[in-house]
Amino acid sequence: MLRMRLAHLKPQFFAGLLFGFLAFHFFLELNRSAEESVTFLTYIRAIEGQQHNHTVADEQTPAKTTAQSIRILCWIMTGPKYLESRTKHIKGTWAKRCDIVLYMSSEETDFPTVGLNVSEGRENLYWKTIRAFQYVYEHHMDDADWFVKADDDTYMIVENLRYALSKYDTETPVYLGRRFYPFVKNGYMAGGAGYVLSKEALRRFINGFSSGSCTHFSEIEDMALGQCMQTMGVEPTDSRDIKGRQRFHAYPPENHVVRQPPRPLPWYLVYEFYPAVEGPRSCSDLSVSFHYIHPDMLYVLDYLTYHLRPYGYKYRFNPDETT
Amino acid sequence: MSASKVLSEGGSFFKGMLMGGIFCLVLSLLASFSPISISGTEEHHHQHQHHHVQAPSKDELKSISDADMQQLNEELRVYCVIMVQPKALVYWAAALDTWSKHCDKAVFYTSENSKALDAVDLNEKDDWARLRKALKHAYKHAGNLRWFFVAQPTTFAIIENLKYLLLTKDPNDPFYMGNLMKSGELEYVSFDSGIVLSYEALRRLVNTFEDEAKCPERGRALWKLSDDKQLAACLKYTGVFAENGEDANGKGLFNSQSVYRMITDSMKDNPNNVVEGCCSDMAVTYSGMTPNQMQVMMFGVYRLRPYGHDFHDVLAFYPPKDSDND
Repeated sequence: MLRMRLAHLKPQFFAGLLFGFLAFHFFLELNRSAEESVTFLTYIRAIEGQQHNHTVADEQTPAKTTAQSIRILCWIMTGPKYLESRTKHIKGTWAKRCDIVLYMSSEETDFPTVGLNVSEGRENLYWKTIRAFQYVYEHHMDDADWFVKADDDTYMIVENLRYALSKYDTETPVYLGRRFYPFVKNGYMAGGAGYVLSKEALRRFINGFSSGSCTHFSEIEDMALGQCMQTMGVEPTDSRDIKGRQRFHAYPPENHVVRQPPRPLPWYLVYEFYPAVEGPRSCSDLSVSFHYIHPDMLYVLDYLTYHLRPYGYKYRFNPDETT
Repeated sequence: MSASKVLSEGGSFFKGMLMGGIFCLVLSLLASFSPISISGTEEHHHQHQHHHVQAPSKDELKSISDADMQQLNEELRVYCVIMVQPKALVYWAAALDTWSKHCDKAVFYTSENSKALDAVDLNEKDDWARLRKALKHAYKHAGNLRWFFVAQPTTFAIIENLKYLLLTKDPNDPFYMGNLMKSGELEYVSFDSGIVLSYEALRRLVNTFEDEAKCPERGRALWKLSDDKQLAACLKYTGVFAENGEDANGKGLFNSQSVYRMITDSMKDNPNNVVEGCCSDMAVTYSGMTPNQMQVMMFGVYRLRPYGHDFHDVLAFYPPKDSDND
């Protein structure tokens, strides 16, 4: 029945069908293309200059020469099992900004790592620290002005370290970092946040061990070193900035800078020597370090510190103002 | 062939033509809100290749006189349209305490009222209808603001960098930009990475809202489109097309992912150049971060920096009053 009906339809019908379809399609298309020519013109106007310049700092101000002439030696506490997973990324981010960087491990490798002849393990951390500083003293005492210890999950901003150190004399006993207490009367600097010894402080540490005044009395490296510093008459320095904000941090930014309602001190702020602060005022704009930083976060911090910035923004905190 | 025979033959032809025309119209109507357009042509593809807007280069900036720069600085004002919901209260609070403080005017538009925070209550559950209402409201209350930035609760924006992108653009031209996406034939700006509209684009859009045929309030398509695609379709009718916002190097400035995610991806894709291979120095948006991460962003973007790096920017933006996290 249907086949008979279709047979009745002449070829002219199908021709008309096709023609009608195409004709309408053409007219609809014409209408649409008129709208599209607008966007092409917009594009032409939008593309003005093809030159591209990466928006990085134009220049470093000459007035910063004092800070920049300071030579900093960084040594990173690490081990064979962390070279690939962590230390590689320390190397790929901030470590290259130190004048000298040494990776301290139980064995020497092509990474390159310095072999300290100390076994791996938490219980040997203070031995590692002692041997590391002894190595630095023997091989690099004259190559640097300041000596920094960091972990393989510490992130440091070396320029801000330079700035913090610029007002101190390395021939005086100076010991900077994130000040913790109790255990040591004057406090000690938290290991993971990174700490800094002046030349004189390093000398005293080395002499302490060679004279027997300092011993390996504990495995807790940061506290034990702090005790040795106290024994040798090196006082921990207040490392906060001119607004009283901390520069060295023993935890990631999220633990410190997130605004909190008034609340009892969280566990990670219990060891604070200075009054603990939470929220934006806990961190200096020119912070030096953060700790417990996973490799991804090392790169994120590099990006946020050195790359991403708000164009034209006049920072609220101006460190060179005297008031 | 006799005349009568031609006529009878012709009648058949005309019937066919009519059927063909109606058939084409029906298909076209069905396709009008569908991402799959039947009428894709070579012409389309050629013109759609160039849908990007780039930030000015250094040389371009140098060529602007001081007087013009002053005027540009004054005209570059952004009205932030921030869509929120009580069920995502923590994001609402985060936007309020972080990036929105840098908008010249930040207005929160909510689906329903919340006792905790103030917003324009649109009293509307449907996403697209709500967006329409918000945009109409923004247009009406624009004052002398000429640029509009529309955000989701999980959007994080750096308004200063948005202004840098818009510096040499005229808001009396139709601009609709952000993170350009494509769904079939439809190019649209993804909502969570922020939508930028010039005054002219918004004006055309608000006018088109009155046209129920071209831009229906309750979508008439066979399947429901997301609000960002609906927006693109309506704007397309007014001759405004989506464009990808990029820096002078062609890197995208609007991101639908968090900075953490993008860095992690870059560690896989560019292990020897993770940071520079990842994201623009002048990025405008990131999306999908937690409220805590947004606070860390405020610190990382507006405060944390290495001592001694000075920039000679041609624009100056000052920190907002009554704020301590920037």
